[in-house]
Amino acid sequence: MHFLKLILRNTLRHKLRTGLTVLGIIVAIVAFGLLRTVVDAWYSGAEGSSETRLVTRNAISLVFHLPIKYQERIRKIQGVMEITHASWFGGVYISEKNFFPQFAIDAKTYFDVYSEYIIPPGDLTAFIIDRKGCVVGRKLADVYGFKIGDTVPLRGTIYPGTWKFTVRAIYDGAEAKTDTSQFFFHWDYLNETRKRVTARTERTTDWVGVYAINISEPSRAAEISSEVDAMFGNSLAETRTETEKTFQLGFVSMTEAIVVAIRIVSYVVLLIILAVMANTMAMTARERTSEYATLKALGFNHRFIAGLIYGESMIIALVGALIGILLTFPVANMFSEKVGTLFPVFGVSAETIYMQAIAALAVGIAAAVLPAFRSAQISIADGLRGIR
Amino acid sequence: MENFSAPIVHIKNLTKSYRRGGQIVSVLTDITFDIPSGEFIALMGPSGSGKSTLLNLIAGIDKPDSGTLKVGGIDIAILSEGDLADWRAANVGFIFQFYNLMPVLTAFENVELPLLLTQLSYKERRERVELALIMVGLSDRMEHYPSELSGGQQQRVAIARAFITDPVILVADEPTGDLDRTSAGEILAILDRLNSEMEKTIIMVTHDPHAAKTAHLIRYLEKGQLDVAD
Ligand SMILES: Nc1ncnc2c1ncn2[C@@H]1O[C@H](COP(=O)(O)OP(=O)(O)OP(=O)(O)O)[C@@H](O)[C@H]1O
Ligand SMILES: [Mg+2]
Repeated sequence: MHFLKLILRNTLRHKLRTGLTVLGIIVAIVAFGLLRTVVDAWYSGAEGSSETRLVTRNAISLVFHLPIKYQERIRKIQGVMEITHASWFGGVYISEKNFFPQFAIDAKTYFDVYSEYIIPPGDLTAFIIDRKGCVVGRKLADVYGFKIGDTVPLRGTIYPGTWKFTVRAIYDGAEAKTDTSQFFFHWDYLNETRKRVTARTERTTDWVGVYAINISEPSRAAEISSEVDAMFGNSLAETRTETEKTFQLGFVSMTEAIVVAIRIVSYVVLLIILAVMANTMAMTARERTSEYATLKALGFNHRFIAGLIYGESMIIALVGALIGILLTFPVANMFSEKVGTLFPVFGVSAETIYMQAIAALAVGIAAAVLPAFRSAQISIADGLRGIR
Repeated sequence: MENFSAPIVHIKNLTKSYRRGGQIVSVLTDITFDIPSGEFIALMGPSGSGKSTLLNLIAGIDKPDSGTLKVGGIDIAILSEGDLADWRAANVGFIFQFYNLMPVLTAFENVELPLLLTQLSYKERRERVELALIMVGLSDRMEHYPSELSGGQQQRVAIARAFITDPVILVADEPTGDLDRTSAGEILAILDRLNSEMEKTIIMVTHDPHAAKTAHLIRYLEKGQLDVAD
C-alpha cells in the first residue's frame, strides 16, 4: 500500500516530464501497432486463403494465360469438386489512385468455388443473367458508394476502351478476414468483345488468367496438383498448380523486402522509446539519490529502492501502453480509410495488442535496470553526501 | 537490559580512509573512546576533520577499515549489509542537517515511514505517530507536506521520525546547521527532552558552540584524532 503510494506520488512529481515520457510511449506503441497491422494486412491474402482450393496458372509466369478448354479437362480429374477461372482486368475507375482488383470470372461457377463470398441468391441470378453485370465487395461498395443498379465505368489498361458494368450484386465476407474489396464481371463479356474487336489474334481470346479448383480433401492437394500439371506437360501452355496459400505467399514474397523494412522500423521505434525512457529514469533516479540513501539509512533494503524505480518505470510504460493500444484502433481505422482498398483486410489483431503490451512491459523493465541497479548499489554515505 | 554505566558505544583504535583518484586519504587515524548509555555528546571540530565520517560509522551507514566498533554490545563492523540495515532500523534514529524528509509524503507519513519496517498494525502506528508529532509540537501539521513547513518544523518532523521506533541511539549531523537561532533553540530543547526524559543516547555533530552547550559532553575531533575538552 505505502509502497504503491510512494511510487504513484513519485511518478506524479514531475508532471511535465512524466507526461512527455508517457506521450512518447503512446506514440511509439501506436506506431508499432500500426506497422505490425500493415505487415499483417500484407499477408492477409494468404491468411484468408482456403485449404481446399488450388490455383492453376501458366508455368512460365502469371503474365501468360491458359486456354479455356483446360477447364473441362481438369474438371474430370478425380477429387476435383468444382473449377472456375479468373482473369486480371487491371482497369482504372475514374482515376489511377482508386485502386481495387477486378477480375473477369466464370459467372456460373465462381461463387461456388469461392463460397466465402456471400451473395443473396436473387442477386446472384440477376448477375448471372446480365452479361454486363458485375459483383462488388461490401468494402468496395462502402468506399465508392456503389449501389445495385449503378453503372460503373472502368478504363481498360490491358484491354483498351471504356467498359461499363451494372452492379447486380454486393457480396459480403463470411469472415472478417475475407477480402471484400474486389470487383467481378463476366469473362464471357470480355472474351466476346475481344473477339469482335481484335481480328483473329488467337492468343488474346479464349484464354483465362488462372483456374481455381475446389478439391474434396486438403490432404490430396499435392497429388491433385501434380496430376493437373502432368496432364498439360509438354503442351502449348504448361501449368503450375499449387495451393491457394502458396500462390498468395508468392505474391507477398515479391514485396518481402518492404515487409522486412517495415518490421525493422517497428522495432527501431521501440528502441528509440527505450532510450528516451531509460534517460528519464536515469535522470529521476539521480535526482533522488539522497532520498534513496535516506531510505536505506532508515533500514529499507536495496530491493525496496530498486522496486521504487522499477515501479515508477512500469507505471509510466503501462499507462502509455494502455492509451497507445486504445488509440491504435481509431488510428488504424483512419489509416485504412486513407489507403482505401489497397489493403483488402486491415484490422488490429489480438496478437498485435499482446505484442504492444509486451513491448511496453519490456521497455518499462529495461529502462529501469541500470538506474535501479545504480541506486540500489550506491553507499549510503555517498548518497547522503550528494545532498544539495 | 543495559546497565546504565556500561558504554553504549565502544570504539577502539578505529581507522577510516577514503580512496580518492588513486590516492588514499586518511580521515580517522586512531580513535578510541566510549560513550556511556544515556549520554548527550557533541562532536566538534574544523570542517573536514572527519566528524560526519565518525558519526556514520557509529550509525552503521559506513564501514571502518580497522579497529573495534561496538554499539549496544554488537560488533557492527562485521554485520552483513542486510543485517546492518535491520540493525539500523531497530537501533538508530537519524537526524540530518537538511532534514531529508520524503517530499511526496506528509508529515504524518514521513514519521510513519520507519514503522513500516515493524510488525505494528495501522492503528498502533497511527497512535504512535500522533503522539510523536504532539511531542514535537506539530499535531496541527500532520497532513502537511515538507514543502508546506518551515525549516524548523521540518526538522521537528525529522526528529519525530528519528525516535518513533524507540531506538537506542540518536545521531544528529549538524541538526541546527540550517536553522535560525529560535528554531535551533526549539530543536535543541526537544533533543534535551529526549535525552533527559526518554533517556536516549544522543550523538550530535555541530559547529555551533551554543548548540554544543546543550550537550553534556563535548569532544573535539582534529586531524583524525579525538581530544577531550574542558
Ligand atoms: N565518500 C568519501 N570519499 C572520499 N572522501 C571522503 C568521503 N567522505 C568523506 N571524505 C573526506 O573525508 C574528510 C572528512 O569528511 P567529513 O565529512 O567526515 O568531515 P566533517 O568533519 O564532517 O566536515 P564538515 O564539518 O565540513 O561536515 C574530508 O576530507 C572529506 O573530503
Ligand atoms: Mg560533516
